[in-house]
Amino acid sequence: MQRVISVLLENKFGAFNRVSALFSGKGFNISSISIGETENKEVSRMTLVTSGDDKIIDQIIKQLNRLIETYKVVDLTKTKAVYRELALISVSYKKGTRSEILDICEIFQGKVVDITNKSIMVEITGPPDKIDAAINILLPYGIIEIARSGMVALKRGEQERSLTKNNSEEAND
Amino acid sequence: MKTTKNVMNGAQIFLECLRKENVEYIFGYPGGAVLKIYEELYNCEKPRHILVRHEQGAVHMAEGYAKASGKVGVVLVTSGPGATNTVTGIADAYMDSVPIVVFTGQVPSGLIGKDAFQEADIVGITRPITKHNYQVLDVKDLAATIKAAFHIASTGRPGPVLVDLPKDVINSTCEFKYPEIIELKGYKPNYIGNANQIKKAAEKIKNSKKPLLYVGGGVIMSGGTRELRLLAKEHKLPVAMTLQGLGAFPGTDELSLGMLGMHGTYWANKAISECDLLVALGARFDDRVTGRIDMFSKKSYKIHVDIDPAVIDKNVYVDLPIVGDVKHVVASIAAEMNSSPDVDDWWKQINEWKKECPMNYDTADGQLRTEYVIEQLSNYTKGNSIVVTDVGQHQMWTAQYYKFTKPRSLITSGGLGTMGFGLPAGIGAYFSRPNDSIIVITGDGGFQMNIQELVTAVYNKIPLKIFIINNSYLGMVRQWQELFHGEKYSFTDLSDSNPDFVKVAEAFGCAAVRVSSISEFDNVLDEVFKVNDKPVVVDCQVVKADLVMPMVPAGGAVDKMLVRRLASKE
Repeated sequence: MQRVISVLLENKFGAFNRVSALFSGKGFNISSISIGETENKEVSRMTLVTSGDDKIIDQIIKQLNRLIETYKVVDLTKTKAVYRELALISVSYKKGTRSEILDICEIFQGKVVDITNKSIMVEITGPPDKIDAAINILLPYGIIEIARSGMVALKRGEQERSLTKNNSEEAND
Repeated sequence: MKTTKNVMNGAQIFLECLRKENVEYIFGYPGGAVLKIYEELYNCEKPRHILVRHEQGAVHMAEGYAKASGKVGVVLVTSGPGATNTVTGIADAYMDSVPIVVFTGQVPSGLIGKDAFQEADIVGITRPITKHNYQVLDVKDLAATIKAAFHIASTGRPGPVLVDLPKDVINSTCEFKYPEIIELKGYKPNYIGNANQIKKAAEKIKNSKKPLLYVGGGVIMSGGTRELRLLAKEHKLPVAMTLQGLGAFPGTDELSLGMLGMHGTYWANKAISECDLLVALGARFDDRVTGRIDMFSKKSYKIHVDIDPAVIDKNVYVDLPIVGDVKHVVASIAAEMNSSPDVDDWWKQINEWKKECPMNYDTADGQLRTEYVIEQLSNYTKGNSIVVTDVGQHQMWTAQYYKFTKPRSLITSGGLGTMGFGLPAGIGAYFSRPNDSIIVITGDGGFQMNIQELVTAVYNKIPLKIFIINNSYLGMVRQWQELFHGEKYSFTDLSDSNPDFVKVAEAFGCAAVRVSSISEFDNVLDEVFKVNDKPVVVDCQVVKADLVMPMVPAGGAVDKMLVRRLASKE
């Protein structure tokens, strides 16, 4: 089962590396990582999409918590959260297919961000399944290139007040 | 403008920080990137620098120093090869949770990434084998980083921390201020266990019929041996120990079941398979302990006390986890116990297992065997020495036949299983406890892996008693070849290539003697233990092809043990 884990970590050279090294070193699956600065310049947020049974996810969270540079680790799958991904899709067009592509783009509330006399680049944001749907429908027209951002996610509702993690929280519950 | 600020260069700051941390010794080896520090170390009384002969030796010395005392061991090496030579030792310290701080020189920060002379990305290399590591890029961060390094290494679950020091950072100057406290937002180990869980644990112990304490190295690290003894004695709880846990509870006590696991006692492994309550204290359910995981202790309710939340449910799912300092949690559990479980039948059963398959070895032929050597050393020292081992058969026999009575009396490489650990770790142990008798038990294979450190021992007049268990084989590998690889003794027979260890030791400046029979061994002991100004090497020529028994074959269930060799070999 796919799981989304949000990690707040020190916005410092090497912290990202430590997380990715953890995944390869421990043999955990990873399907996407995205990372960026937060409202606090010293903290970045990493969104990890991974998979595994509860036992593996439990280990992933504990191992992430164990890193000195991580402040908070949250399994968003267990919460209500907003999931978004951005994709840039470059599609080739011929006479007659251009307007169809533009229609599709509109249905997916995408934006045309570049156009040449052979190709259109569209930008689509949304939950990953929406991106997948858009890609699928554009496929027959001839997709030239795709760049996906990987998922970012944020818990709905109340703000996480503290950036301090509690090591014992998981294990003692 | 005149300034009265306390301005120092990086090298001076480095040493001043170590003094603030009460570092007595640095185990190190000089080189280009750390010349400035060595300039300051010239005639430096505290900390005192101990020159090693190979950087791996320096790390094992720091480990031995730390394991014998609980204090943080310190290593200083140069960049590139100096740094990469520490990798095995760091990995060893990581696996066995040994608090050490390793300082590596680095090429000037402007040259990093340029494949400069003696450059290695040691921070990248050691990321997965350190508790944490740092590269200091501004001399202003140096003091706080060193403070953090010592804090991280020595608190929570201890471990190695590496600090990489580019040459230009060491050469530049700034005002020295040592931070009084250090606040690490992402690092707050939890020492106090959850009160409800502790109550529940006490309840479970009270109501158990077949309880077993499974004691690991965490009990020793937390200083909780007294608390453990009180709990076990009060309620007559059987105590089985891991390799790193030996010494946490007196091996001579009737409640001790000795070591469990692959080469543990028959009765400890039976007990762990049959118990109805398993209380793991500062242990991590290592595969050498559990054997086949789906057959492991199937009938028990499991309580796991550890300071590292990540070891809980990692290998074995437990029913009641308690995250906290073992010393504190054990004391709290004991305080909650208002009655004892009825364990008379359980003890009857355990004592039957003891009779069924006692620990013994062949003595009829009068030949010198490792078991005899260890047993005699245990008797001779009354279990009061610090025993440092290498890795292999002699290590397991030491665990089985030396009766450890005190914590921090066995120093051995458990998790990583690093051959070559023994001699340098013994040297390190001496520097933290110079008044204790220190025995190094090593093999003819492992001894040669860091044999160069004999110089360090001789030069510092360290009276180590080094017993080479010499069977002219890489004995443990040979054992597996005999049992599981069709007796193909591939590259494990050293009889044609081993040096004359007595001559080698004498050339280094040690006293040395060779013994090849029981009487020869008995006769040299007094003399060996009399030497107090240099190491003594005793080349013990033991029976060549003995097997360590009992044994749980790798991947087998722990109660299915081989107890003796089926057919006679050789």
